[in-house]
Amino acid sequence: MKIELSQVSRWYGNVVAVNDVTMTIGPGVTGLLGPNGAGKSTLLHMMAGFLAPSGGSVTLDGTKVWKNHHIYRNIGLVPEREGVYGFLTGWQFVLSAARLHGLPDPIEAARKALATVEMEEPKDRRVETYSKGMRQRVKVAAALVHDPPVLLLDEPFNGMDPRQRLHLMDLIRTMGTGGKTILFSSHILEEVERVAQHIEVLVAGRHAASGNFREIRRLMTDRPHLFMIRSSDDRRLAAALVRDDSTGGITLRPDGLEVQATEFRRFARLLPQVAKTEGVRLHQVSPADEDLESVFSYLINRSS
Amino acid sequence: MNTVVAGITYRALLGRRRIILLLLLPLALIGLAVLLRLFSADDQSTTVLLMKNFAIGTMLPLLGLIAGTGVIAPEIDDGTIIHLMSKPISRPVIAQTKFLVAASLLAVFAAVPTYVAAWILVGNEDGIAPGFALGSLVAGIAYAAVFLLLGVVTRHAVTIGIIYALVWESLVGNLLAGARTWSIQHWGQAIAAQISDSPFFQADVSLSFAIPALIIVTVGAVLWAGQRLRAFSLTGDE
Repeated sequence: MKIELSQVSRWYGNVVAVNDVTMTIGPGVTGLLGPNGAGKSTLLHMMAGFLAPSGGSVTLDGTKVWKNHHIYRNIGLVPEREGVYGFLTGWQFVLSAARLHGLPDPIEAARKALATVEMEEPKDRRVETYSKGMRQRVKVAAALVHDPPVLLLDEPFNGMDPRQRLHLMDLIRTMGTGGKTILFSSHILEEVERVAQHIEVLVAGRHAASGNFREIRRLMTDRPHLFMIRSSDDRRLAAALVRDDSTGGITLRPDGLEVQATEFRRFARLLPQVAKTEGVRLHQVSPADEDLESVFSYLINRSS
Repeated sequence: MNTVVAGITYRALLGRRRIILLLLLPLALIGLAVLLRLFSADDQSTTVLLMKNFAIGTMLPLLGLIAGTGVIAPEIDDGTIIHLMSKPISRPVIAQTKFLVAASLLAVFAAVPTYVAAWILVGNEDGIAPGFALGSLVAGIAYAAVFLLLGVVTRHAVTIGIIYALVWESLVGNLLAGARTWSIQHWGQAIAAQISDSPFFQADVSLSFAIPALIIVTVGAVLWAGQRLRAFSLTGDE
């Protein structure tokens, strides 16, 4: 099944949370990547029928999602907020989901869903006694109980320990390979890279990039990079580097050089060559802006 | 009506401390009746006063508030309502089910104790006990609907509800005769007065006004709550 967003916007008063986003989420695993506050949850809530778009349309295989409870036969939703009745046991919670779906064999469906997330052993404990990761898994089980073709997960790996995280990643990958349409949001590139075949990047409410992880990686590595370089002769090195086109600009600082490289790959080859021919010894070469925020801010400027 | 929704709602309400709140006022009412009986103040005028001012005038709106908002407001607050709403069940059905749960709780915790208290004092004399029990039941159903709606439309349902229950229903309704026409408890009293022929009890609102008013308010509030749930939005997470 396909979720189609067509020129979707959402604003709250004067604040634009999602701005003119058009994308199609098809079978396989799609990662919705973006920094906190980018509008990922807003977009996901619109896909899940829990928020009306201020403009544009959100459809699931051609049918409108908003104010249409029939979509939940085909959608499983794992919200970010806890959203689990603490007084129910894990078993009761998942079983109630199966009954709410009106499944023919709710007990078998609940048993299967709990087995999928490896929560059979603690299933008879109350949810309020669970760790955050266990609650997350029980939520996933409840969302999977009717075997939906579409699964939406809002920051599913938050609060999970590394082992649980790996397990959920495996599970999501397997379901994606099995033909389900899966979308999950995350602000961590590595997470998205490991699970998603396809990545949609959302920055400041705008659809900044789209592609598989190689394309997104390339996009991110081809941007201008900032390096801090310390060497035996900074001034000499700077003079030699600036002659090449791949160097955008150099600032001479008391503690070293700040070099703006416009072409990452070429600069990476250039630097050691220049150092060798000039007889300059490199003490330190470090990227100054490898954090995600600078990657995202580059993408914003690029898309505007 | 969805039995799974009803089951979860009953457990949420009765399994927590809220049940103490639901029990406190009816126990106080029955306790008062027993005391009055012991001190031989068990005449019709005292009974009618206790029923009008405490049972229907104070206890019922407060219990209506606890049950009516309690079936939905906490779930909206902590986000657990998503579990029910992300299922192929129409939202108006969820609202109707929650309303039925609240109304049934008011029947048990308000109408039954009202009957018991009046019966302790005057037995079934002049239809006082059955009259107030029925009045309390019908008004309780209307309160359940109104407070359910309040719980759906605002996150400050309890505050607004307390102001409504205490200021409007108790104070204004008792001081200003005109306000009684627009008071659910006085509609309930109109029903009670119809059944009871005690000389100490007259209703301020006519039955021909009270019955349509109760029906319109109840049905309107439940339908409106269902429509509001259809447009339920998740916001403010980012």
